[in-house]
Amino acid sequence: MIKHHLSDALLMAYSAGTLPEAFNLTVAAHISMCDECRARLGAFDTLGGALMDECADVALSQDSFEATLARINDAPEQPKAQPAIRAKGVLPKPIQDYVGGDLEAVKWRPVGMGVKQAILPTSKDATARLLFIPAGAAVPDHGHRGTELTLVLQGAFSDEVDHFGAGDIEIANEEVDHTPIADIREDCICLAATDAPLRFRSLIPRIAQPFLRI
Amino acid sequence: MNLCFFVSKQVYAQISEADEKEFQDKIDPTLCVARKPYMFSGVKTVEAPRARHATRPTAGRDTQACDGDKGQGRKGVKTVTQQSNQDGIDWAIVIAKVRDEQDKVAFKSLFDHFAPRVKAFLMRSGADASLAEECTQEVMATLWNKAHLFDPTRASAATWIFTIARNRKIDAFRKQRRPEPEDLPWGPTEEPDQADALALQQESEKLGEAIASLPAKQKELIEKAYFGDLSHSEIAEQTGLPLGTIKSRIRLALDRLRHAMT
Repeated sequence: MIKHHLSDALLMAYSAGTLPEAFNLTVAAHISMCDECRARLGAFDTLGGALMDECADVALSQDSFEATLARINDAPEQPKAQPAIRAKGVLPKPIQDYVGGDLEAVKWRPVGMGVKQAILPTSKDATARLLFIPAGAAVPDHGHRGTELTLVLQGAFSDEVDHFGAGDIEIANEEVDHTPIADIREDCICLAATDAPLRFRSLIPRIAQPFLRI
Repeated sequence: MNLCFFVSKQVYAQISEADEKEFQDKIDPTLCVARKPYMFSGVKTVEAPRARHATRPTAGRDTQACDGDKGQGRKGVKTVTQQSNQDGIDWAIVIAKVRDEQDKVAFKSLFDHFAPRVKAFLMRSGADASLAEECTQEVMATLWNKAHLFDPTRASAATWIFTIARNRKIDAFRKQRRPEPEDLPWGPTEEPDQADALALQQESEKLGEAIASLPAKQKELIEKAYFGDLSHSEIAEQTGLPLGTIKSRIRLALDRLRHAMT
């Protein structure tokens, strides 16, 4: 049962299409797991549709309709677009699209203490990474300059804020310093997105940070 | 939400006996999760869904329970229906014609209504006229090609076309991929429930009216968010709009899909 959801601001920005790609990915992954937020997004999309519908008309090119028909006719014969349905596995489909498969396709890089990460190829305005935290292990204590979204995909973790299980999303900003610790029962896998570098409390990770891009 | 789902069971339990007979062999009528094949695609005129609505008096109660408009009764629903569609067109049905019959006349009417709005939306979002024109044509071509993916119980035509335009905008303006959630499709043998589609459409139109009556400053903030002038951290958590009613409607449609899939 998911108890930590997306904020209205994130849903509205996702609906408007103004989030950095890494955040879009995290929001899309959470919605893949959470019908409540999917329905809330539907409401924000309805708002977008209503705003578009009341835009004052702008004149189209004279041949606009014919040009559109030509685009339809000229397009090479394609198989009918299929809806994106969940592939089996731990990772929701939007993440699998970036990884090129499920967990077995992830190219993990160790970052110390058994913690591993894999940075996903998104635009540079924010970073998305998969994190592997061994059962019972901790991610170094860190604060944030911008916003950090952490979506639990497998297992669970606890920090100073609360306990987060599969499907839960933690939204952390400047005010939050936290040390996420994975539950002992199972290795924890998360998708974490940040729009500014993290700030680590201790020296070693701070020295390593430029090399690890965390 | 639980209440909505409970009431919807009641609605299904009370639909006409003929309908019930038709389905009772296939499903447990108290669960009532099967989608009705006679809905949507068979409807050819604007009047038909209203007639369907009228033959199912409990459908009004369903709407009431979900949108919380207590005390208006069925009359309230009917009024909204009559107010809706100043042009007298149910766009969901027009999209179905494009989907089922590749009907170019239907497509032209969609184009005439929505293309100028899509172009205006893209220009307000920062595109120059020629880029907006090109993207608009692509958006309308996508509508033609993906008409089979449109689900009127989860989005009005304007909502769906907005999402296509929004995605095209991200692609063209920002040169970024747009990760989309996994989808919950309805299968080839199922059709969206017409009463659900109509109810969602009414809610969508009510939202349009609510936007129009927002204080200017608040409306401006929402427009800024959608036209790309605010970052997510600058967006206010409260819109002042009744989005919860639409959310409940869509949630109901999602719950039915989930049940149909299992």
